[in-house]
Amino acid sequence: MSTSTLSRPRPETLRKPASRTRSNLSGWGFAAPFLFFFLVFLVWPILYGFYMSLTGKSLTGANDSLIGFANYAEALADADMWRSLGNTLYFTVISTVPLVLVALVMAALLNIGLPAQWLWRLSYFAPYLLASTVVSLFFTWMYNPQLGLINEFLTGIGLPRVAWLNDPNVAMWAIVIATLWWTVGFNFLLYLAAMQNIPAQHYEAASLDGAGAWRQFFSITLPQLTPTTVMIVLLQILASLKIFDQVYQMTAGGPGGSTRPVVQYIFETGFTGYRLGYSAAISYIFFGLIVVISVMQFVITRRRSA
Amino acid sequence: MATPTLTRPASHATTADSLTIRQPRKKLTVGRIAAIAVAAFIAVLWLIPFAWATATAFKTETDAAAPDVTWLPPSGFTPEAFVKVFQDGNIPLWTWNSLYTSAAITAITLVISALVAYALSRIDFRGKKVLMTVIIASIIIPPPVLIIPLFYQMLALNLIDTSWAIILPQVIHPAMVFVLKKFFDQIPRELEEAAVMDGASRLRIFTQIILPLSRPILAAVAIFVFIGAWNNFLWPFIATNDGNLLTLPVGLQTIKSAYGIQYAQNMASALLAALPLIVVFLFFQRQIIKGVATTGLAGT
Repeated sequence: MSTSTLSRPRPETLRKPASRTRSNLSGWGFAAPFLFFFLVFLVWPILYGFYMSLTGKSLTGANDSLIGFANYAEALADADMWRSLGNTLYFTVISTVPLVLVALVMAALLNIGLPAQWLWRLSYFAPYLLASTVVSLFFTWMYNPQLGLINEFLTGIGLPRVAWLNDPNVAMWAIVIATLWWTVGFNFLLYLAAMQNIPAQHYEAASLDGAGAWRQFFSITLPQLTPTTVMIVLLQILASLKIFDQVYQMTAGGPGGSTRPVVQYIFETGFTGYRLGYSAAISYIFFGLIVVISVMQFVITRRRSA
Repeated sequence: MATPTLTRPASHATTADSLTIRQPRKKLTVGRIAAIAVAAFIAVLWLIPFAWATATAFKTETDAAAPDVTWLPPSGFTPEAFVKVFQDGNIPLWTWNSLYTSAAITAITLVISALVAYALSRIDFRGKKVLMTVIIASIIIPPPVLIIPLFYQMLALNLIDTSWAIILPQVIHPAMVFVLKKFFDQIPRELEEAAVMDGASRLRIFTQIILPLSRPILAAVAIFVFIGAWNNFLWPFIATNDGNLLTLPVGLQTIKSAYGIQYAQNMASALLAALPLIVVFLFFQRQIIKGVATTGLAGT
């Protein structure tokens, strides 16, 4: 990296060989505080969690001994585990698409150069600043079957009432809608920032060629945004896989387990069922899934950019 | 596609602030009017939950629970629900708990991340590559996977039901280390060389040269971490049962069962909980948006 032009050599090379030890010391010295927290609150728990998954550990203190992979065997035969994993994947699929598309539409609209930018940004992004509990209170109230605003609107235009959070066929979609409202502003900002970075010359050249706004969007904006889109989709998938808060607060996983995500199942086996070892095993199965998806994404994006 | 433009009007250059849009000097065409209409439609949809919560919070409980769903209640608007929530609720306490835990998390994260990022960016030390790889790889670990062992660890350390249990596990942000390192990499080394010749220590160079030049990125990271900590639910929910230590999001979860069908009070509580960050956002909109946009892609 040191294409030494006129500039002096880098500080490191100025030093005598004896200062090598000093560099090592100061390097690890600067890293030490982070490393302490990193080792104690991330590396240790992730390793210890794996150990726990091989034991029958429970909050009641029974059976701390190693039981091999029995927890994993049990989990793989556990219909509730598969169902919750399926719910998580289902949510991920049906939430990622609108969370990316709506964000793109919002950013594209603003990028046309609407007046009062701050007003749009505020209204699209503000929900992202709310805690999940606030969002859940808002939406539980709006979804209320008898007193809710949404059913009031539906009956007003002659449609039947919907039991939003109480109908197993609808509940997950209700959660997707709430989640869309809550977090789309984040993706919107990322898209907006990326759109601003597209050089204006591209558009000027295109409009001299007589390309209209639509043509420009599809032949300049979208292609230029491809790397951003890939990143947003990846981040969104990983975020959606961690779904817990809204579901736990709005439906508690119901009705009949139809919305219970895998993180809630981990939480419940651990803290309601007191089975820490079993719960740790399910955590690791979930972790394995995330690693597999991340690696797949990595390979796909690598191939694209190669 | 780039048919070379003969004259390139320089007037169109984008402003320095990448988030201000090319300002519209364009006329109102049909297309633009349609765009404004669609944008406004979405904005209204996005504001309705706030508006409805506000309308409900200012109703009497009787009106809020009346089967006749209406924006304008028969008994008029009243701040009674807010007064009630403030009097017998714990919202001020929860807000304070959220504030100091989030502030502590942000402060610790900034200090330890900036230090290690500086080492990774500037110091040649043995094992640096390995350290870098391990930190990057750890970005993949989803926090929910850690809750079981972390809870057990906190029990063992006797930290459950203390604020430390909330704070300590939330200070590790590998992605933010990476964001800071990338920023430090771009600071010209020449700026430090004079100081090195004068015999300044690493720590002095870091605090007096690097940090002052890094204010924008430090602010961005601080904003990102603070919002995350302020709104975090799962871990604080697990780490404390002590009613005096609950953070705002966790405390709010308890009122649902406590207030039951007191809809006006539910909405008043939710709005009070939402208020601090929304107010901060109104004042620092530009910085927050920039901060989220710069750190966002490095991600969660």
